[in-house]
Amino acid sequence: MKDSLIAKIMRDNRSLDIVLVLLGTILLWELGVRLFNPPAIILPAPSAIWAAFMQSPWVFIRNMLYTLMTTGLAFVISVVLGVIMAVGIVQSKFLERTVYTLLIAINSVPKVALAPLFVIWLGTGVSSQLAVAVMLAIFPIVINTVLGLRSVDPDMLNLAKATRASKFDIIYKIRVPNALPSLFSGMKVGISFALVGAIVGEFVAGGRGLGFLVLTAQGQFDTTRVFVSLVLLGVMGTILFYAVDVMERIALPWHSSQRQPNA
Amino acid sequence: MNMMTGTTPDTYLRIKGAGKTYPSQHGPVVALSDINLDVRPGEFLSIVGPSGCGKSTLLKCLAGLEDITSGGITVSGKPLAGPPDRMGVVFQRDVLLDWRTILDNVLLQAEFLGHPREQYRDRALQLLERFGLKGYEKRHPWELSGGMRQRASICRALLCDPDLLLMDEPFGALDAMTRDDLNVELARMWQETSKTVIFITHSISEAVFLADRVVMMSRGPGRIVDVFDVDLPRPRPLSVRESDAFGVYAQRIRHHFAELGVLKE
Repeated sequence: MKDSLIAKIMRDNRSLDIVLVLLGTILLWELGVRLFNPPAIILPAPSAIWAAFMQSPWVFIRNMLYTLMTTGLAFVISVVLGVIMAVGIVQSKFLERTVYTLLIAINSVPKVALAPLFVIWLGTGVSSQLAVAVMLAIFPIVINTVLGLRSVDPDMLNLAKATRASKFDIIYKIRVPNALPSLFSGMKVGISFALVGAIVGEFVAGGRGLGFLVLTAQGQFDTTRVFVSLVLLGVMGTILFYAVDVMERIALPWHSSQRQPNA
Repeated sequence: MNMMTGTTPDTYLRIKGAGKTYPSQHGPVVALSDINLDVRPGEFLSIVGPSGCGKSTLLKCLAGLEDITSGGITVSGKPLAGPPDRMGVVFQRDVLLDWRTILDNVLLQAEFLGHPREQYRDRALQLLERFGLKGYEKRHPWELSGGMRQRASICRALLCDPDLLLMDEPFGALDAMTRDDLNVELARMWQETSKTVIFITHSISEAVFLADRVVMMSRGPGRIVDVFDVDLPRPRPLSVRESDAFGVYAQRIRHHFAELGVLKE
């Protein structure tokens, strides 16, 4: 019954599909470039992208780690702040009517457009980048967690009240565990948004990071280096998403999305 | 097993002139009107009625989850204020927590009541064994069938040895065969202990099969229309439902249902 996590993931046919599709795409891409020979400024070959990476790997890795740090930090801030806000919103009618209403209203603004504002407020550098990333990542986390905390079976609450459960027990033994699946689905969206936010932050306020590398390479019409950064961003995004996915599998073995069909 | 204390010998729970009115957009709605009922200690009482007759509302009031708006309820002679002591509740949905094992779900009752878990562990295991869940203690609710889950939720309600067991259509969502099994098991449990059970159902045969006394409720407004004793020997086999005596009781309820237009006679 208790499979190792790796075995579980490996059995998931999707991961094999993803690898095959990616390899096939790279192969077709390489073949296409060799056959039709487009100018490198339009579309460099995968082999050329690899060569550009190998030419100065540490520049890319250093900037990737920087973006990773911004994203990770923004994500952690968003989760901590988001969960605290969600618990507050569910516990207090006042916070629900003020903070939650405001959040919903702001959520309908295309938040990326607010990024330049943070540069005015916080200047260029890491604090602006963090602010943009947190602003994007925190919304799905708060909104999902609020939904999860609220969606407790009313009869479960009746049972708890009839058994004189304390308010503390109701929150920590019923509401919070019940909200974890929603929190994790919010976190999966949040981690991707945090990365988007970090890159947008680097576009408008950066001096470092993969987003900044994309921008400078584009300025020099060095499409190959743009692609190196994009590939690294893709790899990073995938790893981050699966890191949250693995955390979810460890934290919620009981949740329906984790169960074997024959369980 | 446990003796009722501090109460008159023949009344455990007294409902006197109880009514409940909800405010609503279309004016006040009378959910319960002038309910009078004395429940004897150790009695198995079924409340049967069509949907909307207020039987679940009455149960919620008895559980201290809602307040009546007129009249009074006393338990062991004391006016009801909040959930009574030594009470267990079972709902139609088992409301087991998915992240807890069956054993931990049963022990939740002790945790909520503020009792130490360890003290109830052995009792929980005994209850699970008695309800045919031995070997499933470490399983999670989603690995069990609906009938097994509801058995676990009954074990949870019984964990702290309540005097009063309130059951709100507990078998309403189960298939007919599982329902029969659970009826027999519940009757057996009740006979072995001396608990007062108030059992809400919309099934006529379930009400008669289980009860010492059947209360028939009607709607618009929710009120009691009939109360009668069921004088069938115990333990009752399922085949008692085919007997003539059983048929007379069932017919009596069916007659009321027909008058209400719920059933055609």
